[in-house]
Amino acid sequence: MDVRVELPTTEKVKIAVRGLNFYYGSFHALKNINLDLPERKVTAFIGPSGCGKSTLLRVFNRMFELYPEQRAEGEVTMDGEDILSKKLDVSLVRAKIGMVFQKPTPFPMSIYDNIAFGVRLFEALPRVEMDERVEWALKKAALWNEVKDKLNQNGSSLSGGQQQRLCIARGIAIKPEVLLLDEPCSALDPISTGKIEELIHELKTDYTVLIVTHNMQQAARCSDYTAYMYLGDLIEFGPTGELFMKPKKKDTEDYITGRFG
Amino acid sequence: MTDKHLSTQFDAELSGISNRVLEMGGLVESQVAQALYALVNFSDTTAAQVLTQEERVNQMEIEIDRDLSAIIARRQPTARDLRLLIAISKTIANLERVGDEAARIARTVQRLINTGVSSRMRLPVSDLTFEADLAIAQLRKALDAFARLDTARALEVLKEDGQIDQEFDGLLRKLITYMMEDPRTISASIDLIFVAKAIERVGDHAKNLSEAIIYVVQGTDVRHTSVDDVAKAVENADR
Repeated sequence: MDVRVELPTTEKVKIAVRGLNFYYGSFHALKNINLDLPERKVTAFIGPSGCGKSTLLRVFNRMFELYPEQRAEGEVTMDGEDILSKKLDVSLVRAKIGMVFQKPTPFPMSIYDNIAFGVRLFEALPRVEMDERVEWALKKAALWNEVKDKLNQNGSSLSGGQQQRLCIARGIAIKPEVLLLDEPCSALDPISTGKIEELIHELKTDYTVLIVTHNMQQAARCSDYTAYMYLGDLIEFGPTGELFMKPKKKDTEDYITGRFG
Repeated sequence: MTDKHLSTQFDAELSGISNRVLEMGGLVESQVAQALYALVNFSDTTAAQVLTQEERVNQMEIEIDRDLSAIIARRQPTARDLRLLIAISKTIANLERVGDEAARIARTVQRLINTGVSSRMRLPVSDLTFEADLAIAQLRKALDAFARLDTARALEVLKEDGQIDQEFDGLLRKLITYMMEDPRTISASIDLIFVAKAIERVGDHAKNLSEAIIYVVQGTDVRHTSVDDVAKAVENADR
């Protein structure tokens, strides 16, 4: 489907997608996606299971390259640079585009090392600066006060909501530009979810956030822009308030109002 | 709106509340008709009947508002469903005002009867009937348009509102002439001007209902827009 909505001219484009097609073997999972993702805004991806939203997210940090039968064709540029290009080192891409998954995945090491691990891959920081970076990341992820006295404890000793915030801290410690959140709150209780939603709101001051969610109300609460996908197509993209109040396509309206079939 | 929700409960709630709105509409419509009957026939009994209905109308407004708040809280509706509920809230406020106008007319009739005014004074009561018939027809048309979410019909109401305003202006001029010819009619004439104004406001409420219908169907807020521009918006609707 050839759908692309112009962003308002006040928005700067962080990631531009042109003619993106994605295949799992012979299965055509993403069909000619054209999309501009705005910088320092939260864009939510919604749609029923199998619509391609997680697939799309995994194109941005080239996660699919772990699997030989998966391939992406088309153009995805960030700040004008083609991030799918084989000439571009994938770890450099992932330094700029971080990801948080549905199930919290703390490393089997201390809270401190969880954060420091990624940083050490890219920067050789003296101890004092590393301490500062760890503190900064944990503060940014609204976790510092809860863990500052137990940085040596294992990351998995934290609660689910805390672990997820730890993963977010880990993601931002390396100072990426984009954060990909794949259903970050699905495994969390409402209070933890609320804390993370508040966090997302603060994070967008510094980062471009792309969030995949099954929870439409979460998309409505958290995001500035929403993309509705169905069976590999991008059906509609627009400012969240407008999409939830007056969607342009009947298919979008049917989905968000709960009318299926 | 024929597509069904995955939740049949939600569909039932929306139909239920829409039906209650229509019921309230029917009630205030008959109140206005009865109030005019009371005026034309100087019937104290009918006037009293209109006033006893007022309590029920007010109660319906409160109940429907309470129910729609509950639906919004529980269902987190979006798009067309949300617009429908918002429009219903505005609609019942307008219908309650129509009920108020009918009650105002009924109270005026009672006052006229108590001060000894009768058909002997040759007041242009039948002209008021004409204005009232127009207003009631507008209200009925707006409620019908609401039942069917019919924007074409809603647009007709907006286009025809001007007629009622013209009738009111004509009545005003006529009553001024009466008052100048015979100062004894001044008090009763002023009361009739208030009645005519109340009827004109019923027409305005029918207009507000129509604007809400267009909002539900098209998502466009056409309040404070000229009739010509509204006609363009309705006729150019995308879907």
